[in-house]
Amino acid sequence: MQDPLLIAGREYHSRLLVGTGKYKDFDETREAVLASGAQIVTVAVRRVNIGQNAGEPSLLEALPLKEFTYLPNTAGCYTADEAVRTLRLARELLDGHDLVKLEVLGDQTTLFPNMPETLKAAGTLVREGFKVMVYCSDDPIQAKMLEDIGVVAVMPLASLIGSGMGILNPWNLQLIIQHAKVPVIVDAGVGTASDAAIAMELGCDGVLINTAIAKAQQPVLMAGAMKKAVEAGREAFLAGRMPRKFYSASPSSPTAGLIGS
Amino acid sequence: MLHITLNGEAREIAPASTVADLLAELDLIGKRVAVERNGEIVPRGQHGATVLAEDDALEIVVAVGGG
Repeated sequence: MQDPLLIAGREYHSRLLVGTGKYKDFDETREAVLASGAQIVTVAVRRVNIGQNAGEPSLLEALPLKEFTYLPNTAGCYTADEAVRTLRLARELLDGHDLVKLEVLGDQTTLFPNMPETLKAAGTLVREGFKVMVYCSDDPIQAKMLEDIGVVAVMPLASLIGSGMGILNPWNLQLIIQHAKVPVIVDAGVGTASDAAIAMELGCDGVLINTAIAKAQQPVLMAGAMKKAVEAGREAFLAGRMPRKFYSASPSSPTAGLIGS
Repeated sequence: MLHITLNGEAREIAPASTVADLLAELDLIGKRVAVERNGEIVPRGQHGATVLAEDDALEIVVAVGGG
């Protein structure tokens, strides 16, 4: 079935985006990413380790730039200025690559987004020509504000980053989905495959997952499960679920032709 | 010697060193890194032409695993 995810004018056949943090090593990272079928992978930008062994393996070797679309993030940034600087560095690092994930955090305990700083950074980045995908609260008004600024995707949390608590407020997500004209990608909170399926059944355009895969007992197996869940959820959304009924007087088997009738 | 701040740490470097000289000293030539000097990006093509000055603050970054 041809049903690509369209972000900033580019088509992706996978609706699952994955993070590359928290894995045991780069081999496991690569195996999990391959099993997930993801084409877009998030990466962080960090100070180079001065005095590092030159032969030390790097993420770029495990996940070559020609095989994947890198989505550099601003994880760990608490102000608009830090986030903007980080993404300017990312663009230089990746030869002018301009698709980025903005997140400006508000609090070290919850990692909840700081929306005023997020909106400020989004404005600057859009003006500088970045294609910005934004981690945001599940607030339809703020999502709309981001869209009006010109971001290419809104990425509301389903629950807190790394919590694995699942889809806590499907109603808010639905409000965002109903009104958004850019892709809505659930970012943060997915704990297991059913959570990813629920997000997709709600009508999300995609799901971004890191911890739920990396911290599963068997990350590669979970990566495959997430791939299937996202596909199944998407197909269920497109198929349109049956109406919910408290109980049904409509059995699935014919009522005629029963023996003894 | 010039006194600079590199990734938040004080460092001394020979006078008239360029960004490219610093990268060579750090064994980072050929590595995919990005350089920021005093808050501004130094594009890769200008590493050789950008001469460092006293009290410059440099950030050199790489891509790492992250969510």
